[in-house]
Amino acid sequence: MKNLKESLKRRFSESNGGNEVRSPLRVLLRKEVAEHIRSWRFIILLTLIVLTFIASMYSSLSNIKSAFVATDNSSTSFFYLKLLTLTDESIPAFHIFLSFLAPILGISLGFDAVNSENNNGSLIRLMAQPLYRDNLILAKFLAPLLIVAVLFFSLSFLIVGYAMYISGIPIEWQEVVRILAFNGMTVLYVGFWLSIAVLLSIRFRQPATSALTAIGIWLFFTVFFQVVINIAIKAFIPDPNYLSADKIAYYNEVILNILRISPNQLYVDASTTLLMPMVRSLGPVSMEQMAGAIPSSISLRNSLMLVWPQLSGLIAFTLLLFAVSYALFMRREIRS
Amino acid sequence: MNNPIIKLRGLSKHYKNKIAVDNLSLDINKGEIYGLLGPNGAGKTTTILMLLGLSEPTSGQAHVCGHDATRNPIAVKQKVGYLPDNLGFYGHMTALENLSFIGRLNGLSENEAEIKAIELLDIVGLKNNMHQKTATFSRGMKQRLGLADVLIKKPEVIILDEPTLGIDPSGVKDFLALIKKLNEEQQLTVLLSSHHLHHVQQICDRVGIFVDGKLLANGDIPSLSKQLFNKNGYVTVLRFPSDRPISDQLEKDMQALSGAQEVIVHGNELEIMSTHDQTAEMVRYVVQKGYDLVGVQQKTYGLDEIYLEYFKNEKNLNVSNEKSKGVFKKTFFRKQRG
Repeated sequence: MKNLKESLKRRFSESNGGNEVRSPLRVLLRKEVAEHIRSWRFIILLTLIVLTFIASMYSSLSNIKSAFVATDNSSTSFFYLKLLTLTDESIPAFHIFLSFLAPILGISLGFDAVNSENNNGSLIRLMAQPLYRDNLILAKFLAPLLIVAVLFFSLSFLIVGYAMYISGIPIEWQEVVRILAFNGMTVLYVGFWLSIAVLLSIRFRQPATSALTAIGIWLFFTVFFQVVINIAIKAFIPDPNYLSADKIAYYNEVILNILRISPNQLYVDASTTLLMPMVRSLGPVSMEQMAGAIPSSISLRNSLMLVWPQLSGLIAFTLLLFAVSYALFMRREIRS
Repeated sequence: MNNPIIKLRGLSKHYKNKIAVDNLSLDINKGEIYGLLGPNGAGKTTTILMLLGLSEPTSGQAHVCGHDATRNPIAVKQKVGYLPDNLGFYGHMTALENLSFIGRLNGLSENEAEIKAIELLDIVGLKNNMHQKTATFSRGMKQRLGLADVLIKKPEVIILDEPTLGIDPSGVKDFLALIKKLNEEQQLTVLLSSHHLHHVQQICDRVGIFVDGKLLANGDIPSLSKQLFNKNGYVTVLRFPSDRPISDQLEKDMQALSGAQEVIVHGNELEIMSTHDQTAEMVRYVVQKGYDLVGVQQKTYGLDEIYLEYFKNEKNLNVSNEKSKGVFKKTFFRKQRG
């Protein structure tokens, strides 16, 4: 016991005195986080996100009363989930906002990760230090993710806490887990765009080029992808008037799956399912399937099962991109 | 002394359409200052990158401090400090923060790194600018900070790539003196690349002349000049008033001197190459004859001469630098066929 006390004490005094030796990754992470937090870019992004959040929370708080009167038919009310998703149609709900704000967040935190260091000559200085290259790229990836995670978790906890304070309604554990999962999902989604941005920052030497390319990809998925798919569908799929109901359902499924190549779609699907327990299917549902269903919310486990493909899709995309940037960076010859 | 700390064996680096380093073998001993001298694009930086494991050699091996730089770059980087030719600091961080960041990356704790950083900033003369952001630093200050940056890991070898580039003359002098001092005090091995001949001449123990990926000559400066000019290299320049032409008689008289090998007239200057030091003899002779002598200079072969001579030998400067692209292509062509 005495020993334990001693060692704890030593440990404590060590960390107090700043005497511990940190691994290179931690040193890099610390520097990256400090750099991001102090940058104007981050302050602007933070303002943007916080303003959006306040706007959508304001709209949901002012409508939440009417929502409860209209649809209070289940045993669990999910007040806090409603708080996050309710909207009066004047502005979109927060998670819909995030489906196009999160990419901006990811892109702007990562588009100049490697190339700006390369251009100002600090990359070669870092590379001449005894650290593995993957430490650098990991730090470039993890530092923004850390910041984003802290941002989203604290935002949602703040609003939940605030709502709890003014309403006094107890939160259910299911809601806690759903909100946590939603935040995790959002961080993952930002991570996906971040990995695109980091990849481009390795590939292109000019930060402007990589930023433009990343924004191009983002625009393609948010705007043009659906347009292109719609045009393609008109060209390829036979006239629905001559099709059986089975066939129509089949084609609908195909279209939806194609749309799901777009990461936004995956994110919207997943966050909707997580935040709205009433959502029981992400595809078309036939009348026969609906026939015996009780109009109630589904359990947390079922919701998680429902979003699992989306989740694994996003993770797979992110890992793939990260692997490509890793491979590119490891083989890169660095010169100033 | 026969203990090479840097050992290169048959090191080559081929790029898509260019041979940057061609079969380079070189030993650098512990505690010496070695100058790698060559024009731009000669492959100096590429060689250095391979020494640090930042670039993979096409063939050959580089051993630094007993470690293979290609296979085990981390071990090499722990012992080697590298000052790149255009180095950048994080402009929004102060000099001290920049330095202690690198210190921490090298395994120092936060306190140690800071103490060490302050100590080094004092050595390089930046103590008063310690809390200034590096974005405001001048080139010379950055270079000195860079040196501190290299030293914070307590290296055994420091590699400086064009360290004197873009610094004013007094800055260069201080910088070189600092390097020399560190070399003497801490027994540091220094590898210095430059295309500035007399900077290298001032401090290097040995010099390698590096052109077009090949090491053309290697040795200390006197032996290089001997090797190159194949003469004992005593040159005396006598200068006469510019308004009077040098008479043929004088030229003949000089040629008649016992040790004189060659006499060349450049306007009002007479350049005499001789087998041994005859300067005093010549001056006496000229004055006795009643000529108006205005200047006498004893010339030893410096790097400039060595350098130019090498280029003359190197196929009439056809590889002088990478900017003359057409010429360069021709060289490459010749090489491929050959």
